[in-house]
Order: sequence, then structure tokens, then C-alpha cells
Amino acid sequence: MSEGGRHERVAGSPYTPHTPAETAEMLAAVGVDSEAELFDVPPEVRFDGDLGIEPRSERELRAELSSVLAKNDDLTGFLGRDHHSHYVPSVVDDLSQRAEFLTSYTQYQPEIAQGFLQALFEYQSLVVELTGLPVANCSMYDAATALGEAARLADRVRKVSGSVVWVPEVLHENKRAVLESYVDGTDLAVETYPMAEGTVDVDALAELADGESAMIYAENPTVHGTIEERLSDVGDVADEAGALFCLGTDTVALGLLEEPASVGADVVVGEADALGLPTAYGMGLGLFATREAFLRQVPGRLVGAGEDAAGKRAYTLTLQTREQHIRKERATSNICTNQAWVALRTAMHLAWLGPDGLVDLASRCVREAESLSARLDEFPGVKAPVHDRHHFREFLVRTDQPAPAIARDLEADGFAVHVLDDHLLQICVTDVNADETDALVAAFEEAL
Amino acid sequence: MNHDQARYGDDDRYESLLSEKDTTAVDVAEASPLPDDLTRDSLELPGLSEPELSRHYTRLSQMNWSVESGPYPLGSCTMKYNPSFTEDVAADPNGGVHPDRSEESVQGTLELLYGLQDYLARIGGMDAVTLQPPAGAAGEFTGIMIAKACHEARGDPRSEVIVPASAHGTNFASAAMAGYDVVELPSGDDGRVDLDALEAAVSEETAALMLTNPNTVGLFERDIEEIAEIVHDAGGLLYYDGANLNALLGRARPGDMGFDVMHYNVHKTFATPHGGGGPGAGPVGVTEELAEFLPRPHVRERDGRYELYDPERSIGKVHGYQGNWLVLVKTYAYIARLGDSGLKDTSAKAVLNANYLAERIDYDIPYGPFHHEFAATAGDRDAADVAKGMLDHGVHPPTTKWPEFVPEAMLTEPTEAESKASLDDLADAFDAAMADSKDALEAAPSKTTARRIDQAAAARNPRLSWRALDRED
Repeated sequence: MSEGGRHERVAGSPYTPHTPAETAEMLAAVGVDSEAELFDVPPEVRFDGDLGIEPRSERELRAELSSVLAKNDDLTGFLGRDHHSHYVPSVVDDLSQRAEFLTSYTQYQPEIAQGFLQALFEYQSLVVELTGLPVANCSMYDAATALGEAARLADRVRKVSGSVVWVPEVLHENKRAVLESYVDGTDLAVETYPMAEGTVDVDALAELADGESAMIYAENPTVHGTIEERLSDVGDVADEAGALFCLGTDTVALGLLEEPASVGADVVVGEADALGLPTAYGMGLGLFATREAFLRQVPGRLVGAGEDAAGKRAYTLTLQTREQHIRKERATSNICTNQAWVALRTAMHLAWLGPDGLVDLASRCVREAESLSARLDEFPGVKAPVHDRHHFREFLVRTDQPAPAIARDLEADGFAVHVLDDHLLQICVTDVNADETDALVAAFEEAL
Repeated sequence: MNHDQARYGDDDRYESLLSEKDTTAVDVAEASPLPDDLTRDSLELPGLSEPELSRHYTRLSQMNWSVESGPYPLGSCTMKYNPSFTEDVAADPNGGVHPDRSEESVQGTLELLYGLQDYLARIGGMDAVTLQPPAGAAGEFTGIMIAKACHEARGDPRSEVIVPASAHGTNFASAAMAGYDVVELPSGDDGRVDLDALEAAVSEETAALMLTNPNTVGLFERDIEEIAEIVHDAGGLLYYDGANLNALLGRARPGDMGFDVMHYNVHKTFATPHGGGGPGAGPVGVTEELAEFLPRPHVRERDGRYELYDPERSIGKVHGYQGNWLVLVKTYAYIARLGDSGLKDTSAKAVLNANYLAERIDYDIPYGPFHHEFAATAGDRDAADVAKGMLDHGVHPPTTKWPEFVPEAMLTEPTEAESKASLDDLADAFDAAMADSKDALEAAPSKTTARRIDQAAAARNPRLSWRALDRED
């Protein structure tokens, strides 16, 4: 292209379509001589300097970014702890990248946004099938913020004067920290109950939970990968205390483990991104489902089915009177932009797997963890899993040798695992790294 | 130019639900390696073949408006063109690492985050930026938490946040979430902040004033220096809502105007796709004085290495990890592609386009002069009906009935990405809808996938899943 053509242009934005002649014509129509005249900014606060950001061509920038990101070490991750990686089929990338999905916005004109509304309605429906709870919203930011919103919901609907949010002593530190932020502006206080063998110590919890309790939170699987065996009892404890029972889980685990509705869960939160997203440095998709009774207290957006003027089924954002553009400071949450596109990907991935595929994948998460932990357990000075429980994806490994040193050696060999303390590691195995377990076991033996 | 979306014959313009195509129930206990009492009994879900799935979602996409379909002039939403290449670079497999990887092993990821913190700080005129908040409203909450922590650290806890009536509803909600009482500030006769009203509203209980500048009808708060002085003299902090930053890119900076804390809406200002309602990202910038309160961990550089650290008096965390990484990569790529000259051209054309479109349409437009957006009024017509009429004229309408102080408002923001020809078409659609009869408007839309949807009825009888639909059959 000739000099000054779009591909060579260095001055100005490559994404403004105006030719100089059009700009001149438009300025004349508006009645000014220059663009600068349009800015009604007093000289004292005008910025006339240089930001010091050098424009780059696509080609230059692509090379720059790929060389920056190539500075990351090439490691096989055996990392989990609330953020899991499963194989995402290509069709999910392809379909979700369709511009009509990717560059659309919140569906304020539903007649012209039926495609995304239906996709979100289907996402909600899938979450309803997985949890057994009748109301699911169409996304929160991630599991941690969903937990924070659950506590705030408990605060709004609690029947008793309770203000304690009970969480397990084994909880991801990040989740606890976000929960603390979300209850900072309320009278709620976060307290910890003990665990026994990696799962809820139900008797201890029953002693602690009384009329002061607003919500009891448990996870299945726990952050250590243990599978709870007495969830119904936890539900009963919550019931007797007049507290909400909030269960944390994820979309893959829900395919196999006990249905939250059947154990008395009032709210389900967790990561839905276990399906649909790669480990995008912690980007997530918060699940949120609850009972019908709390419908009008649900945070975030809801898509409902209705009818159009021709009497045909059509979808629309609904119950918007809960939202901030109507109720402002009395809204059920401040959520406006959510994770809709990630929810779309999760729905696609779930529909691609189908029920058999999901149960297979979830079963594999149990089998791989069992098999890998058993192999590590054979090494002298190693106990895996630490807890005498069934496990999902991940497990603890106790080592006589210093755990940080083992992890360093593993990293030098190309593997990443969690270090929890001086003699405790955590390892996560799913379909994406299962083929690397032989190599991990060999590296582990060498590191001991 | 015709921007009509794909349509289908009356009898079959609706795509069946996944559940109507196929569902299968699986006996989970039978398939499970776990004891029966630890598993669910059964699971009933759709399971489509890949070709069927592909057609389903392709068809849904054809029933959806996007920036790629045509102009999308939603005021305050900044629906500009999203470049394809930022999608490509965000897909770099080296970028998508696990968030618990050691700092040493993710130097590339940290370098990019650090670089973006730096770019945003320059653009906002701020001293430090956190990338953790996953959306603009999450950024507001974070910013207000920082203000709260600052007052508490000064031994001067406060109870109120002032928000102009014209502000985004999220400002009110975010301040309330942080535990503050919200004091609403009425708009002055010129649509801007009334200094006398502000003087009356501030007190020793004022933690912060949350301000959008230019405000939600595109008016620059010219008295910003006086506003800052009033708030600061009362011991409060000045919070900048970055929703309209697109109008000021490279022309004015919140930090220079006296703002202490701000958020950026990267999906608006820096063209990361809105994704049907997210994900976005809402980084927060602060002055040096407030940097010690930023969420943890924060990224810094030392001797050419990048590291995570916890700011001394951090408010804690607002997201499980470091926010919406994929969105942040796109933001970096967009800013770096444009550079100084591109950012300045963006604001220039965004403001030119808004002014040109306002000139071209035959509507009353109160207030002025305005920047990137304007609130036209539909006068004695119902703005929502006019919007439905615009759908039949082949374009996406603007934001309607907001802000509330403009009667029958049609808040319009064309963005810099529309050409003169596109704006001329858009203007014709605006005028054509206004010229339509009342009956025609009330019958609209007729060319879209669905006809007018009764949203009130849908809210009276909420059906939120296919299970709820089945129950009614």
C-alpha cells in the first residue's frame, strides 16, 4: 500500500475510519476549525504532554508480546487448589469467538439479542440441572466473589439475628480474603470451624453453630481435594441453627458428587470455569444457584423466558428491579458487567461433553488422583494421600524431606506442584496432565 | 447500508433449546468409581454431536447484534470496534498459566502485567494501578474500600459517600456495599455539579465524592478544580468513575484534575470485547499516598525481575486471583498498538462523531457543549418506542430513558469507530423512527428475530430454566 495508507499509518488510530476529507467535512458541519476546539476542558487541567507510549504495528506488537510471554518457563502444571484445567475442545474456541457473541453487549434490546439471551438461559438451565436448585444467575466473576455475594445474600434473608459466617479451617486463603472484603460493609463476621481427616468435623460444627449463625459454608470437594461424606448432616446443622447452608463446588464435580439440592444446600457457589476456560492466570466464572424463596435477593443478572407480540417464546433479562440501574444503593449487588461470554463457553463445553462425557471426566478426576497418590505413597518417607478419604483431582502429600526443596527439584525438571508447608505438598491431576504422571513420578523419586 | 440481522420465517425463526434437541439421563452411581452414597443418583443433560452443536450456536449467533453487525450507539457503554488481532495475542498459550505458579517461572506474565500497570498510570495521571478488579463496578468497590482504609488509617473513619444524581447506578451500589450511606447530589440547571449544593452536601462525614467526568450526558465538569478543593477541604477523597474516559484519552488526566482514586473500564476505553455482558476488567489507579492500600498481591519490578508483593496496608483481595487476565492482555495490546498518537486520535474522533451525529439528527438535545455522548430527547414520544422503531430501521438504538433528568432520554454514543457514512445512516434511522406513526412504533420491531417482548409479564412469572418451562407444559 502507498505511503500514508492504512497499513503503514503511524499517526492516529488504525481503528478510526475517517479520511482527512471526511474529517474536514464533519468539522465544518459542526462549525469548528479543529478537533481540539471540541474539547470543553479548561486550560488548567488540559493535558498537552506526551504519555510516552510508542505506537507499534500489529506485526511488531505480536512479536513483542510473544517474546515477553515466552519468558514464562515451560512447565507441566500439577496445580489446582480451586483453579482447575481440563481440555477445552476446539469447537468451543471457534464458536465462542464468533463476533456476534464476542462483540455484543448486555442484552438491553432483547428482540435483537435473542441468540445470547437463549445461550445464557441454557447456561442457567444447565446449572439448575447440575445443582438441583431452581434458580441460577447467568454468572459471577469467580468462586471467591460468588462466596462473598452468598454471604451478603444470607445477610439480607436471614431469619435470625445471626451474624457469623462459618467457613472451614481448610479454605483457600484467597477465597477467605475476598469473603472478608465482601462482608466488610456489613455486620457479618467470618469464623472458622474445624475439619477432621480433611472433611467437615460435623460434631464440632454442631457445637459451634447456634442462633448467631447467618451462614455455614462447606466445599465438596474441599480445596485439598477430599470428598465430603456427611454433607446432609452439615445441612441439618445449618437448618437447626437457622443459618443458610452454602456449598462450594465446581461444574465437573457436580457431574458426579452428591446433588447439592439433595443435601439441603440453600446456595451453591463455585467455579464454573473448570469447563470452558483454560487456566487463564486465574480468570474465572462464578457459579451462583439458590432456592426459589431467595429469587428476589439473587445478585447479578437473570435471563427469563417470556413471550413476544406474536405469542412466540422469547428471552429477556428479567427481575431487573433488583439491579443498580433501578434500585441504586438498595440493589442486591453492584454487578453490571459479569462473565457472560465465559458462561457461554461453559455451556458449549458442557453440551459438547453431554451427560456421559461429564460423568466420565469427573470419574477420571477420582481415578487419576487415586492412582497417582498410590504411586507416590510407595516411596519411603512419603505419605499420599494424607487424609483417609476419597479424593477428587487433588490430594496432599506429606514428605519427610523438606517439601520446598522437592518442589524446587521438580520445577527444575519441568513440573509445578503446590508447597503448603515444610513437609506438605499438594498435587492435582486431571485429563490434561494425566499423560505426564509417569514422568512426574520419576522426577519425584529423583527429588527424594 | 442495511444492518438487519439474520431473520427466519415466522414459523421457525426460533432456535430450539438444547434440551429440546436431546437430553439423556445417566445412572451416575453405576458409572462412578465412588461409593453410591457419595454420588448423585442421576444426571440429565443435553448431549449433542459436534456438528449439531456447531449449527446450534452458529444460528444463535445469527440472532444476535454485535459491533460487527453495525453501529451500536449505547450511551455510556462505549461499544467501539474490537480489533481482531488483540484476540490472537490473548490466545498465546504461554499467557494462560496457572495463577499459583512461582514468580520465577512466570516472569513473562508478570512483565506484561507490570507494563499494563505503567501504561494505565500514565494515561490516568495516577501513581499506581492494580489490575485485580474483574469489572468496572468491582473497581468502584475496590476504590471505595481503599478510600475507607485510608480514612481509617488516618484515625478519621467516615460514614458518607456523595454521588451525583446523574451518576451510574453502580456508584450508589458500590458505595453501599462498602457500608457507606449514600448522599445524592442533585444536578445543577446546566446538567453539571452545582457547587453550592456540593458545599451543602460535604461534611466531616464525607469519605468521598464519586464523579464521572465528562458526566453521563457528555458534559465536562469545568469546575473540577473547585470541586476537588471543596471535597479535599472537607477531608474527603475524590473518586473518578472511568466510564467516560474515552472522551479524554491523551487530552486530560484524572490525576491532574485532583482525583485521588479512579477505575478504568478497559472494555469501554480500550476496546476489549464486551462478550455479551463481560468479562471486563476494572483496574484501579491511585495517588502515591493511597498506594499502600492497594489489593494484594501487587506487581513490581526490581533489578529487571518482576515480583508479587503485599502492599503494607492492603485492603485485602477483591478477586480470587489477579482478575480477568485474558482481558488484560487485550488491553495491553490495544494501548500499545495505538500509542500516544492513536489514543489522542481516539478521543478526537469519538468527540467529533458525537458532535456530528448530534448536528445531523432532528432531535432536541439539552445542555452542551458535549464530548463523546449526548442525551437527545424524544420529546412527547416514548423513547423506548422510538428505540424499537429504530430496530426496524436497521440499527441498534441508543440507551433509553437514562439519565432520568433528561425527559425521554436517548443517550447516544457513536464512538470513534463509525465513519461519516455510517453516522449519516444512523442519523437517518434516528429521524425515520421519529417520523413513524405512534401505531407503527408501538407495533415495532417487526424485522428482528423476536417481536416486542413483554418484559413486565416475564418478570411477573419468572421462568429461568428449561426445567421451569417443562413444568408448565
